[in-house]
Amino acid sequence: MPAAIEAVDLTKDYKVGFWRPRPYRALDGLTLAVERGEVFGFLGPNGAGKTTTLKLLVQLVHPTRGHARILGSPVGDVAMKRRIGYLPEHPYFYDYLTAEELLTYFGGLFGQSGADARARASRLLDEVGIGAERRLQLRKFSKGMIQRVGLAQALVNDPEVVFLDEPMSGLDPLGRRDVRALILRLRDQGRTVFFSSHILADAEALCSRVAVLARGRLVAQGRISDIVAFQPRGWEAVVEGVPEATIARVGERASRQQRISEGRYALEFSVDHPPERVVADLVADGGRLVSITPVRETLEDFFVSHVAAADAVDRMERR
Amino acid sequence: MTGTIGRIAVNVFRESVRDKVLYNLVAFAVLMIGASVLIGQLSAGQEVKIIKDLGLASMSVFGLFMAVFIGIGLVAKEVERRSIYALLAKPITRTELLLGKYAGLVLTLVVNLAIMTAAFYAVLAWMNWQASEGLRKSWEAPALDPALLKAIWLVLVQLMIVTAVALLFSTFSSPMLSAALTFGLYVVGHFNADLRNFESVVSSRAVAWVARGLYYLLPNFAPLDVKAQVVHGTPVPLGYLALTTGYALLYIAALLTLAAWIFSRRDFK
Repeated sequence: MPAAIEAVDLTKDYKVGFWRPRPYRALDGLTLAVERGEVFGFLGPNGAGKTTTLKLLVQLVHPTRGHARILGSPVGDVAMKRRIGYLPEHPYFYDYLTAEELLTYFGGLFGQSGADARARASRLLDEVGIGAERRLQLRKFSKGMIQRVGLAQALVNDPEVVFLDEPMSGLDPLGRRDVRALILRLRDQGRTVFFSSHILADAEALCSRVAVLARGRLVAQGRISDIVAFQPRGWEAVVEGVPEATIARVGERASRQQRISEGRYALEFSVDHPPERVVADLVADGGRLVSITPVRETLEDFFVSHVAAADAVDRMERR
Repeated sequence: MTGTIGRIAVNVFRESVRDKVLYNLVAFAVLMIGASVLIGQLSAGQEVKIIKDLGLASMSVFGLFMAVFIGIGLVAKEVERRSIYALLAKPITRTELLLGKYAGLVLTLVVNLAIMTAAFYAVLAWMNWQASEGLRKSWEAPALDPALLKAIWLVLVQLMIVTAVALLFSTFSSPMLSAALTFGLYVVGHFNADLRNFESVVSSRAVAWVARGLYYLLPNFAPLDVKAQVVHGTPVPLGYLALTTGYALLYIAALLTLAAWIFSRRDFK
């Protein structure tokens, strides 16, 4: 069975400049495969090429080089489009339509009959949490509500593969939780979900695998736990009520020490110092442990180091 | 394919209705009724002719503004507001999208013209009823002349060309430029015959060839304008209507083919 998504050497140059247009490489030789039933996170900072990739996969832009296949068919294939769903970044829909009408219209484009399309629209709007507002024109909708309508329209055809470009953007914490639950439901139904995000926590909570993009290039791919950069490099303890002398003594082993408020401290240790012993020392003289968390490179740190590395390579190549 | 185009077309029509585009009908009705009352008091014997001239000219102008200003936005607005992203991920081709948009605006123009025609004939019927037997006999053509429909048909055909021109420009240029180019082409298209006779005015062969080339390239609107003949009661044969309509349909097909070709190659950044 062919992979859900397959990209080979996918490259996109945009022309920038008016008088003397020169190419700007938004995506550089992306090769990846996403298996069916996977929730795949496509991570990277703004401008990394995530949206360009998604646009190439739904053929909103044409590749400069390389090709991609979805469910074994080339990206422009109309029959294949019956089997996919797409939520664009910062979506916008016809504001003169109601949410119900929009979904019915889109359902019609998949050949659904009027009554069938209306029934599906109603079910999907329930699923994404749009209530009585579904009969209002979309011009009266908030950004978060438009995002929910966007998710509903991406599912109007019961797609096998769903592309979601920054599905959490514009959502409040409640909305983010709902979207996470929705993505996991889609996974449980056996659908493939390919979503882009710049938030590592989203990917950690949802993805079986991720790809990390920086400056248009793929810099890491695999399970988050397998990507070395995201493995813990230490841990942080927050304690309170620990005598100053104890803090000073134990703090000698810490790589970072910070006073948060009166009697409350945060101490960071490397993985060489096992937390069990250090915590025992800290609380021995009457202190209390408030929290203990692993310290790992954040997606932001990872981007920064890779972007710096990419810059260095660029400079070398220019010499 | 026709189902998809039809659905997109109906959505364009719905947009026009909800954006209150058909309010222009109110302006048309007020203009027609106001003019008929006013002219009835001023001129003797010529009022029906003047109302016919005015009615047909306003249908042309109102339709022209709709065709240009909605036409240039059909695709450009979708791209600018990014609503095209979700739409193109659906199982439709870009050509179907373009043809659906075109059909939708033509549908809007047909409905608009049909209502205007009804209002136009209502005003003429009222004038006919008011006029004395002697006055009616002095008219070049009867007030409720069915031949008016021929002129209105060709107004629609012209507007169909204008819509295709606007759509073509909007696939690659900005709305303002598209509007300017479409209006420009509409005006030039009315004086197209002059280009044909250019060679009798200039001595340079090259210039004459360019003029001849432009004559064939640019739309020719003059033969599609039979308002004056109809108002004066000069017969317009059905064969003439078929020929001019055929020319227009070929021209529209060429414009839409070119538009679809450009549109299919575009990147939506």
